[in-house]
Amino acid sequence: MSTTTIETTVNNGVNVAALLGAREALAKAPEAAQFKWRATVTWVGGTFSRTTVNGYYGLGSEHQHKSEFVFDADHPEVFASEDRGATPVELVLAGLASCLTAGIAAVAQVRNIQLHSVTATLEAGMDIRGILGADSDVRNGFDGVKVTYKIDADASPDDIKALVAQSQKRSAVYDILTNPTNVTVEVA
Amino acid sequence: MRTTTVIIGAGQAGLAMSWWLAERSIDHVVLERGEVANSWRTERWDSLRLLTPNWQSRLPGHRYQGDDPDGFRTMPETIAFIERYATSIGAPVRAGTTVTSVRHIADGYEVVTSQGTWQCNTVVLATGACNIPHLPAVAKAVPPGIDTLTPIQYRNPQQLAEGGVLVVGASASGTQIADELQRSGRSVTLAVGEHVRVPRTYRGRDIQWWMDASGVLDQPYDEVDDIVRARNVASLQLAGYPDRRMIDLNSLTAIGVKLVGRLAGINDGKAQFSGSLRNVCALADLKMHRLLDTIDAWVATQGGDLAIEPPRRYDPTSIEASPPLLLDFARRSVKTIIWATGFRPDFSWLDVPVVDAKGNVRHDGGVVTESPGLYVMGMPYLRRRNSTLIDGVGDDARDLSAHLAAYLGNRRQTTRAAAHAVGV
Repeated sequence: MSTTTIETTVNNGVNVAALLGAREALAKAPEAAQFKWRATVTWVGGTFSRTTVNGYYGLGSEHQHKSEFVFDADHPEVFASEDRGATPVELVLAGLASCLTAGIAAVAQVRNIQLHSVTATLEAGMDIRGILGADSDVRNGFDGVKVTYKIDADASPDDIKALVAQSQKRSAVYDILTNPTNVTVEVA
Repeated sequence: MRTTTVIIGAGQAGLAMSWWLAERSIDHVVLERGEVANSWRTERWDSLRLLTPNWQSRLPGHRYQGDDPDGFRTMPETIAFIERYATSIGAPVRAGTTVTSVRHIADGYEVVTSQGTWQCNTVVLATGACNIPHLPAVAKAVPPGIDTLTPIQYRNPQQLAEGGVLVVGASASGTQIADELQRSGRSVTLAVGEHVRVPRTYRGRDIQWWMDASGVLDQPYDEVDDIVRARNVASLQLAGYPDRRMIDLNSLTAIGVKLVGRLAGINDGKAQFSGSLRNVCALADLKMHRLLDTIDAWVATQGGDLAIEPPRRYDPTSIEASPPLLLDFARRSVKTIIWATGFRPDFSWLDVPVVDAKGNVRHDGGVVTESPGLYVMGMPYLRRRNSTLIDGVGDDARDLSAHLAAYLGNRRQTTRAAAHAVGV
């Protein structure tokens, strides 16, 4: 029996070998799979705040991003604010969009599908009577999120649909949005 | 008491192994806590029929001879079938014998039972993959006053308290129980996670016929890309209804079952469902059509007229615009939860350290390599896709009994060589 290495020309810029290797390694050392993600926020004034992310914990030790990332958030002028940053709910959409898109690239790489372009638009509905406390039957958060992808890739329409479905199945932010999570907020 | 091989469990797997050991002249007993086909007798609901057609219950030395090859056996018929098989092959079954411990001894294993202790060289674990219902962690949060049942305890709709029912899980058990309860007049909500949608018949033949003929069911475990994933795939949404109708989420919606997402939490007397329903259905639709593509492609390579009908594709699973995310048990008068969330094997009596954190025996195609002379059968994708079907245990028993016979042969040679070396 001879072994042949199949040269793959598909390159979506995702190091899939490293990801699959990690999955195998973590099966033997599940404690290394425990991560802690962190952010710090400082109120600047009005509804404007600045959140930074840098350190996180994982694979048994502390890590730093290559540089500190900063997210400015504010409310828009229709809320009588100064609109000095994205609204927090838009940051949630950004999180979902980037998580699903990263997943599509990774799954495409595993499935040997070359991507040429991937774009999506996201829209979330919200009844603001919830956050205004005007109607206790209305929830604060989104009443639904609609994501619409446009993907140009060397694959059939069904294979592209399967990419998008699989990326939802493996997405952290999709899970965070679709399932309840215990949130504990304390004053130190 | 002493024998060469102890088989634990007198279901289809243990009996198929007994046939092969007899064929290879290996002395053995089959220990059974109840009677032959015990799980089929005591752990199935009244209306259940086998999910595989009659022809697809081939066992070593047995082929279906009846006049209804495409029918589905009821439970009494299934029990009678396995009983007849046990008798016809003269399997040395010790009924009413509960195994309480299996452990290593110097020259093999000691099997402690309610009817005495056996010493043997080799042991075959044939107690099956479905001994203990697997409940999700959220089961602990069920509010007081709600009855809970597993498919092992469920018998029929009359057994349930008045009121609505939440069925959790949409594989073979969950969908069939939801169908039966809704038709009995109950208001059923079905919580749907990942599932496997397939038509009962396709192009005029049973789906099992296609998977069998095209080799899908025979695909060996060591040729699968991701065997861990393959071993964790949920059971097919199938039912053995005499009219061969398809059961899927669309058929359940059509009779009034309410579909919701995976049960994600229970809080404050309310069940919370995942917002992922649309995606798990999209995944199931895509995978079903991929299977049908495989069948069509195979038909095209075969020539002739295997397919009785032309190819077709099914409507996507229909989901309402905004499926509910909450269910208030009190307000909706839901009085019963049925956990159709899968099963785990029970190896609590196995005192050999080969069981992983999830309760499964570590094995390589049924050979427990960490403990020579120990074998396991009936686990999902043990050696091939049909390892959990009645139809699949015969091939597994043939392969594993060959390994077992070789092991015994080598062992004897080693013992003889050792005796020779010390000048005996």
